[in-house]
Amino acid sequence: MGVDIRVENLNAWYGQVHTLKDVTLHIQANQCTALIGPSGCGKSTFVRCLNRMHETNPIARAEGSVKMGGVDIYHDASPVEIRRRVGMVFQRPNPFPSMTIYDNVASGLKLNGYRKRRVLDEVVERSLKQAALWEEVKDDLKKKSGASLSGGQQQRLCIARALAVDPEVLLMDEPASALDPVSTAKIEDLIFELKSQYTIVIVTHNMQQAARVAERTGFFLTGRLVEFDATDKLFTNPSDKRTEDYITGRFG
Amino acid sequence: MRIKFQQKLDELKERLLVMAGLVEQAIQRATEAYSSRDMDLCELVSLSEPAINRMEHEIDQLALDLLAMEQPMAVDLRFILAVIRINADLERVGDQAVNIANRVKDLGASSHDLPVDIPKLAQLSTAMIRKALQSFIEADTEMAEGVLLLDDQVDELNRDAFRTLGAMIQEHPERTSEALNALVISRNLERVGDHATNIAEDVIFWVSGADVRHHFAANAAAAEAEEPAR
Repeated sequence: MGVDIRVENLNAWYGQVHTLKDVTLHIQANQCTALIGPSGCGKSTFVRCLNRMHETNPIARAEGSVKMGGVDIYHDASPVEIRRRVGMVFQRPNPFPSMTIYDNVASGLKLNGYRKRRVLDEVVERSLKQAALWEEVKDDLKKKSGASLSGGQQQRLCIARALAVDPEVLLMDEPASALDPVSTAKIEDLIFELKSQYTIVIVTHNMQQAARVAERTGFFLTGRLVEFDATDKLFTNPSDKRTEDYITGRFG
Repeated sequence: MRIKFQQKLDELKERLLVMAGLVEQAIQRATEAYSSRDMDLCELVSLSEPAINRMEHEIDQLALDLLAMEQPMAVDLRFILAVIRINADLERVGDQAVNIANRVKDLGASSHDLPVDIPKLAQLSTAMIRKALQSFIEADTEMAEGVLLLDDQVDELNRDAFRTLGAMIQEHPERTSEALNALVISRNLERVGDHATNIAEDVIFWVSGADVRHHFAANAAAAEAEEPAR
């Protein structure tokens, strides 16, 4: 099951550059939360703070509190543990090119020490089914490499890989921006299906996509969370003029 | 800045105002025709209907194109939705004008001593339409709220018409046809007031995002006030 995420006064820096400023918000469990905003507004930095990926950059640091299901991820858990609990899918599908489809999905489990063939088979099948890819690849699991799949299939393979380690939260950074409309629709359908089991946070430049998939949406601007509200409210009648200017294209 | 989109929104507003001009003229001519029993004016009102219907279709198409091609959000989305609704209301006002013109034709040159103040009702309902459209032009919610307040007066005048014309039918059954025509005209003008109210509500929705139709906002506020403190 998904868990809620309580973020309080989160600040992040790249060197001297203050990229995230006093962000406080509550992400509900088993909902999809969308983050929108112009390039460089801090939304990707924000999600990278949710699985402690931000700190993998040697000049980056973060301060503040992020509690995932009540656990403070910066003080009461290790980065490795957090990254198992929080799966991540990126803009460009990044399957391991030399691995088979099967090994791509099983890689996270193997890294965590799982070796039993029966367990791995079960998890691979379950994850691929959850990612709505099983029917398309079940006969080629160990014959084809992940890189041989289409872009949309590769992205679903990456989602299956993220789900295989049984996370509670799924972070998606522009998961469909490199995909055609049919593949995009599949990813969006998938988000709808996965919400019952995971908490999903999606970063997107596509506001229609945010409107379609998310219960709540946050608007970031120059590192600050300007507005966070129910998606239908934010897109039809935002409270903040800056949100309205952005979503109606009146910026600049 | 989405320049092309803004130009299209301006064009949509302009087209709606042209449509509004045609409709306003039709309702004014219809009420003038009642006072003067001018059959030529009645004919002009009937002739305006195809043009109004054509404009309704064009505006709908333009709004639909903008929804599909530009995927508007927030105030732009509310504006287009308001235009679609106002467009439909204006077309219905045009229909009311034609209905009135047809009743006036039926009345023909019959006497003017009907116990009903149709000119006052006409003056009030056309003023409502004008004010509603002005509130749209100026994006003025206060002015739009003023339109809502006028509707009760129009309703009251229409109720008066039912009472007095009903009594007239009982006293002078030979004038039943005249009285029924006047009753229908009164009802048509009351409907014009209702459409003006709808337009004003759409202006409020567009500008502020508040849905005040059917007193939703007032009911919601009352419910909130009644809710015990937690």
